[in-house]
Amino acid sequence: MSGYLILAILALAFVVTFQIAKASEYVSVLKGEEKSFKQNNRINAALFIAFLVLGLIGAYWCNELYYKKTLLAMPAASDHGKKIDDMLWLTFAVTGFVFFLTQILLFWFTWKYQYTEKRKAFYLPHNNKLELIWTVVPAIFLTILVGFGLFYWFKITGDAPKDAQLVEITGKQFNWMMRYPGKDGVLGRKNYRLTDASNGNALGVDFEDAASHDDIEATEMHLVVGKPVKLIINAQDVIHDVGLTHFRMKMDAVPGIPTTIWFTPLYTTTQMKEITGNKEFVYEISCDQMCGNGHYSMKGQITVETQAEYEKWLSDKKPQYVLNMEAKAPAAPEMKAAADTVKAAMKPVAQVMNK
Amino acid sequence: MSTEILHGHAEVVSEAHGEHHEGHHHEESFISKYVFSMDHKMIARQFLITGIIWAIIGGLFSVLFRLQLGYPDMSLPFLEDIFGRWAQGGRITPEFYYALVTMHGTILVFFVLTAGLSGTFANLLIPLQVGARDMASPFLNMLSYWFFFLASVIMFASLFIQTGPAAGGWTIYPPLSALGQASDGSKLGMDFWLISMAMFIVSSLLGGLNYITTILNMRTRGMSMTRLPLTIWAIFFTAVLGVLSFPVLLSGAILLLFDRNLGTSFYLSDIVVKGEILPNEGGSAILFQHLFWFLGHPEVYIILLPAMGMVSEVLSVNSRKPIFGYLAMVGSLFAIAILAFLVWAHHMFVTGLNPFLGAFFVLLTLLIAIPSAIKVFNWLTTLWRGNIRFTPAMLFAIGFVSLFISGGLTGIFLGNSTLDIHLHDTYFVVAHFHIVMGVASFFGMFAGVYHWFPKLYSRYLNNTMAYIHFWITLAGAYLIFWPMHYEGLAGMPRRYVDYSSWESFKMFADLNRFISTVAMIVFAAQLMFVFNFFYSIFKGRRLRTENPWGSNTLEWTTPIHPGHGNWPGEIPEVHRWPYDYGKDGREFIPQTEPIGKDESAHH
Repeated sequence: MSGYLILAILALAFVVTFQIAKASEYVSVLKGEEKSFKQNNRINAALFIAFLVLGLIGAYWCNELYYKKTLLAMPAASDHGKKIDDMLWLTFAVTGFVFFLTQILLFWFTWKYQYTEKRKAFYLPHNNKLELIWTVVPAIFLTILVGFGLFYWFKITGDAPKDAQLVEITGKQFNWMMRYPGKDGVLGRKNYRLTDASNGNALGVDFEDAASHDDIEATEMHLVVGKPVKLIINAQDVIHDVGLTHFRMKMDAVPGIPTTIWFTPLYTTTQMKEITGNKEFVYEISCDQMCGNGHYSMKGQITVETQAEYEKWLSDKKPQYVLNMEAKAPAAPEMKAAADTVKAAMKPVAQVMNK
Repeated sequence: MSTEILHGHAEVVSEAHGEHHEGHHHEESFISKYVFSMDHKMIARQFLITGIIWAIIGGLFSVLFRLQLGYPDMSLPFLEDIFGRWAQGGRITPEFYYALVTMHGTILVFFVLTAGLSGTFANLLIPLQVGARDMASPFLNMLSYWFFFLASVIMFASLFIQTGPAAGGWTIYPPLSALGQASDGSKLGMDFWLISMAMFIVSSLLGGLNYITTILNMRTRGMSMTRLPLTIWAIFFTAVLGVLSFPVLLSGAILLLFDRNLGTSFYLSDIVVKGEILPNEGGSAILFQHLFWFLGHPEVYIILLPAMGMVSEVLSVNSRKPIFGYLAMVGSLFAIAILAFLVWAHHMFVTGLNPFLGAFFVLLTLLIAIPSAIKVFNWLTTLWRGNIRFTPAMLFAIGFVSLFISGGLTGIFLGNSTLDIHLHDTYFVVAHFHIVMGVASFFGMFAGVYHWFPKLYSRYLNNTMAYIHFWITLAGAYLIFWPMHYEGLAGMPRRYVDYSSWESFKMFADLNRFISTVAMIVFAAQLMFVFNFFYSIFKGRRLRTENPWGSNTLEWTTPIHPGHGNWPGEIPEVHRWPYDYGKDGREFIPQTEPIGKDESAHH
């Protein structure tokens, strides 16, 4: 009902506006086109200067309201994020200066040089010196921005440190799956044709590869604070994107083409709860690439914790290979035997990997 | 004069009879005059009105999905009455939401701001401003419109398919757009989308080739390239961009059609969708993005350049001053057109693109800021010490400059790959491209419509409604898109139906409600413009003089009601550049006036 009421009010407002608009056209004719032109011109010039003033106040007010809700109000949670924030502030400084300078000039000129009978427009077709100045000065500023930008870019996209923890994250409609390499530090080979979610192989791991036998699969990502982590990113069906907004990191997950990023988390989840003053704080993984109807709900979670907490979490987990074996042969002794085989199989692999 | 205006209605009839008073006119049937017309001015009107209809549809879609974003908990039963299962329980379903977002983007980028903007003003202004009787090939020009119409019909039909129209975003990245199993929108709707776009590209190529040919070959005597108005230069570069880049999208779209229907694997590899293992191997999903953005980025300039050209013209005419730095303006258009081809991968910094390659795209992308800065400073200097008349066209031109600055500066953030890692696919991007490409181009288009409406329909638009339209739209544009930067800086991702379950993004519910409310008001103001447009075609104040704005360019030397052929007698000869405003104490000197004996130094 209220919908119809709003529509009725809108229609009424519209009719009123139209009648006024029509009447004002007649009035301008009666009053003389010249006179009404001058009047309209003054009004619009005044509105421009009012727009400038109100706009500046509005921009300040908007900042007061929303700045604290952005990530700028809290520290970046990764080392790369700190660099990105530095770059962000540098860019704000440069563009902010240009923004205020040009907008103020624009609206000031519209007010100052509004039509009067007294003034004759100044015939000024060009001025090479001026034009050279505003070609060269922006070029210098941009060189600075490009220079700093690329310096950080190569640091961020450079090779991960050798001791980085390895985690594989795979996106599918509409959730994330993680895989840890286990003690050998190597993720087992995959073959998408082996994917069989109902039989314990949601990721399409090739269990013929012994390196996969200690790989641990999880639905949540756990990371150690202060320890670099390298993510291997996969997708099964369509393109997704691992969005790690608090770490300021992001990378597409593309079917058939694994991608990687690395970073070092700086604060544990508990520390972030204190820093943000939000008891519910959680590092969320958002999908940042349109992936279908459930795109908006494709959420993952990261817990950043101390080494001890991490090891405790990991020790509760069994490798997927072992879980699959258990499922196939639920009898206790066989299972133990299977686990032993795994251990035996893993030893040489681990030794090779450590070299 | 006053009585004529007050009693203008009665004269419409007699006016219609006096329509053709040029020498060489021939009898035309309704069909050949209004439907399959080969008169560039009629084709321009056809493009404009089709564009307006699409703009209403595309704008309405944004109002619908803004309803969902702003009022996620509200149930609006009338939505279910209209859209049935797409709005079950009066709420917009995710399927519907994504279809709306996708079609909003497709419609506004291609059907409104490419066809509606270039199609209208290239057709109207090229022959009139270069001094030609019509386009090089009026027949191809007519086909260009009708291919656009065909594309429109197919795209419109796709809205009524049972599984819905395309819903994978206007960029239609495969594999999502290639696999019907992955999304309902990737079923029949996607085939319609691709076929419609193929028709659209044919239309754009026919138009573009015609524009280039006409500008290069059919300029009147004395109209050297450096005497062309900046509108024509801008349209020229736009056409070149379109002709060189649209075929790449066509190839990309055709390969996607093959992947969808013929079992090829151009874009598909190693896919398991909903538990089904697909046989495709060896393709690359990223290949499509390269093909798409090789058009997609020039497309941004295809949208923006004509607006820049018209704004330059309108600013100069209404400041009563020459455009400052004409050659620099042409040079910067040229630089932008070249760079437009060399920056496409900046949309792909986070796809796993080689970082070393990415570095070159950062450099080339930020280079665009230099010609853009030249343009902004030249526009400002054009205003400086002018004698400004605030016609509605002038208001929109000034608004364009303001928006172009605001949206252009945020491009410096996104073009820098380091910051793009953080800001990519957040609301920061939404705010950036809506301001610089969407709203700014719309402002250019409005400036064009208000300025050349008297040439199109021999009447004026209503001024008061125009002023209201301008101020609501300018204020609304900033109120909608300025705060969105903050959402982006909070990392809020685009294309989410609902943020309430996200601890990181749920704090902007009140802001989203505010933005949605403003968006609806702004949409209502656009409807008022549409009303003003159609009302004024029939009942607007009549044009009494050939040159209402005191303008130098050739279109204002044609009769008030130009027939097919534009000038009744010979095509006028041109003796000077189009920007002699305020020279030697004279307010304006038309291009057709020979250089006087004691005229001060010529440009």
